[in-house]
Amino acid sequence: MDKFTKLTGIAAPMPLVNIDTDMIIPKQFLKTIKRSGLGVNLFDEMRYNLDGSEIADFVLNQPAYRKAEIIIAGDNFGCGSSREHAPWALLDFGIRCVISTSFADIFFNNCFKNGILPIVLPQEQVDILMADARKGANARQTVDLEAQTVTTSDGQVFPFAVDSHRKHCLLNGLDDIGLTLEKAAAIDSFEKKHAALHPWA
Amino acid sequence: MTARTLYDKIWDDHVVHQAEDGTCLLYIDRHLVHEVTSPQAFEGLRMTNRKVRAPEKTIAVPDHNVPTTLDRANAATMTEDSRIQVAALDQNAKDFGINYYPVSDVRQGIVHIVGPEQGWTLPGMTVVCGDSHTATHGAFGSLAHGIGTSEVEHVLATQTLIQRKGKNMKVEITGSLRPGVTAKDITMAVIGETGTAGGTGYVIEYCGQAIRELSMEGRMTVCNMAIEGGARAGLIAPDEKTFAYCMGRPHAPKGAAWEAALAYWKTLFTDEGAHFDKVVTIKGEDIAPLVTWGTSPEDVLPITATVPSPSDFTGGKVEAVQRALDYMGLTPGQKLSDIKIDTVFIGSCTNGRIEDLRAAAAILKGKKKKDGIRAMVVPGSGLVRAQAEEEGLAQIFIDAGFEWRLAGCSMCLAMNPDQLAPGERCAATSNRNFEGRQGRGGRTHLLSPAMAAAAAITGHLTDVREMMTEIA
Repeated sequence: MDKFTKLTGIAAPMPLVNIDTDMIIPKQFLKTIKRSGLGVNLFDEMRYNLDGSEIADFVLNQPAYRKAEIIIAGDNFGCGSSREHAPWALLDFGIRCVISTSFADIFFNNCFKNGILPIVLPQEQVDILMADARKGANARQTVDLEAQTVTTSDGQVFPFAVDSHRKHCLLNGLDDIGLTLEKAAAIDSFEKKHAALHPWA
Repeated sequence: MTARTLYDKIWDDHVVHQAEDGTCLLYIDRHLVHEVTSPQAFEGLRMTNRKVRAPEKTIAVPDHNVPTTLDRANAATMTEDSRIQVAALDQNAKDFGINYYPVSDVRQGIVHIVGPEQGWTLPGMTVVCGDSHTATHGAFGSLAHGIGTSEVEHVLATQTLIQRKGKNMKVEITGSLRPGVTAKDITMAVIGETGTAGGTGYVIEYCGQAIRELSMEGRMTVCNMAIEGGARAGLIAPDEKTFAYCMGRPHAPKGAAWEAALAYWKTLFTDEGAHFDKVVTIKGEDIAPLVTWGTSPEDVLPITATVPSPSDFTGGKVEAVQRALDYMGLTPGQKLSDIKIDTVFIGSCTNGRIEDLRAAAAILKGKKKKDGIRAMVVPGSGLVRAQAEEEGLAQIFIDAGFEWRLAGCSMCLAMNPDQLAPGERCAATSNRNFEGRQGRGGRTHLLSPAMAAAAAITGHLTDVREMMTEIA
């Protein structure tokens, strides 16, 4: 997993609420057995016509946002299916950070496993970031994970909260499995105790 | 001792390690696996030379991609990429030595139907699967939720999951349901009340008389859609119905082990006075047969209502409703019962169990679907299919003009050939009415199996209660 430390980039405004993972990456692209290559189909049905041509007014098709690295999103982003193909597609497109008033739980988790930082901020602040993002490619926002701040293009700073374990893993690009396997002895002893108490399990 | 909720108790019994910041390592009792969200996880194990830590607790079944037509043994019924994905699961199950129900096995079906059916899912367990509808298994009083593929790999390698504890939410359905109202209507009513983000960060415990009165099948339907309300998991305290359902299942304990399990299971309830962070109460009598009109499961109304207007909403929902109405091709003020449909889909992990098929067949018996309607029943497992044939339900569906399919996820998410064409409108017993969910441009109205059957007969969304008076 790539580290996430500090990012200054273009933010794409997507104010629609309840953007679900079927929208982020439709099911026909889940048939892959790889993690890579999904960026071209990110938001596929919102982004392309049936003939494969681009829908010009979709935000990521607009010249200003084609290289966006941040999405400012409406409430409950990433709801629905658990498909990790959603963060894989975002990452493959180049998105490293999504900011919203809330995220669906599984999507939120999946982001951290892939070096994407999801940030929850209050409605007023998301509204300001959304307006800032609408200014286009020159309005670059900065996300600093170490300092836990988002800075608008005109210098307004919003602090955000992040779980300390997840922050540590993102900052260092750490693999969860490796960390957990360091606790193998604890798992072994739990498993023995659990098997004695609940042999049917 | 502090009063604890059911969720608290199951959680406490599975904590392997708790870090200072509250992050826990949670032990996982059952790991269900399907072909779509697992190939990258197995690949990860291979690349790091890791094994599956507890293959005996890992159960795999292909369901999302598999064709449900009778000719599915013929490889030509699958697209090449689907075939590769199923073949990858065949190979991974073999290489890593996990329990497996291949497509050719009569027990194959939707992972959330097979797990309980085979007795893998039992009260008090932690159950995960790379699928958001894992919440289904909460009906047994187990802590069950969906995970992403990285977490699938983590569970395969360590039999644990890194978790922070969620908050407790109580959803009480008081009183009894009225005739024509089902478990599906309960779970949709709850989402209508809380919204699709209302459960975010919570684990829901469903309780109350109407929940107690549900069968295990009904309880699975309720818990299945907890995720549609944003909650990772929904659960229901086990009782005599739960124990009766589990007894004798192939992987349920037997003899003395059963007695020991039962003694533990009987401790699985929320203590008097335990704290809930949020409480929602709905009167069972107030719930009507429901349908969705929009593209979010929270867009739900009684069948007697009319299509709402964007101006009925506030904030970001105004734009979302306008977009939904455009997508669904509906006009504010239009009666929901006037909406004509093209297709009826009965099946899915929400409503693909035997009781769902019985409910639909009860409405369809001696009737025919309206001409021109495409209608299909996709049983949730090969065993549900066999039972439905034995009970004569299959013949009722066939006589009514329905296609009688083999088991799989089918048109719920349209990864196999069962898809809607652009603009095609479907009355579906599944769980998501998202844009494009059942096929690009497809329009989905979620409802109960009985309501789906009623719509098949009339060709439009229909209040099933009218047909029930006809029957009576």
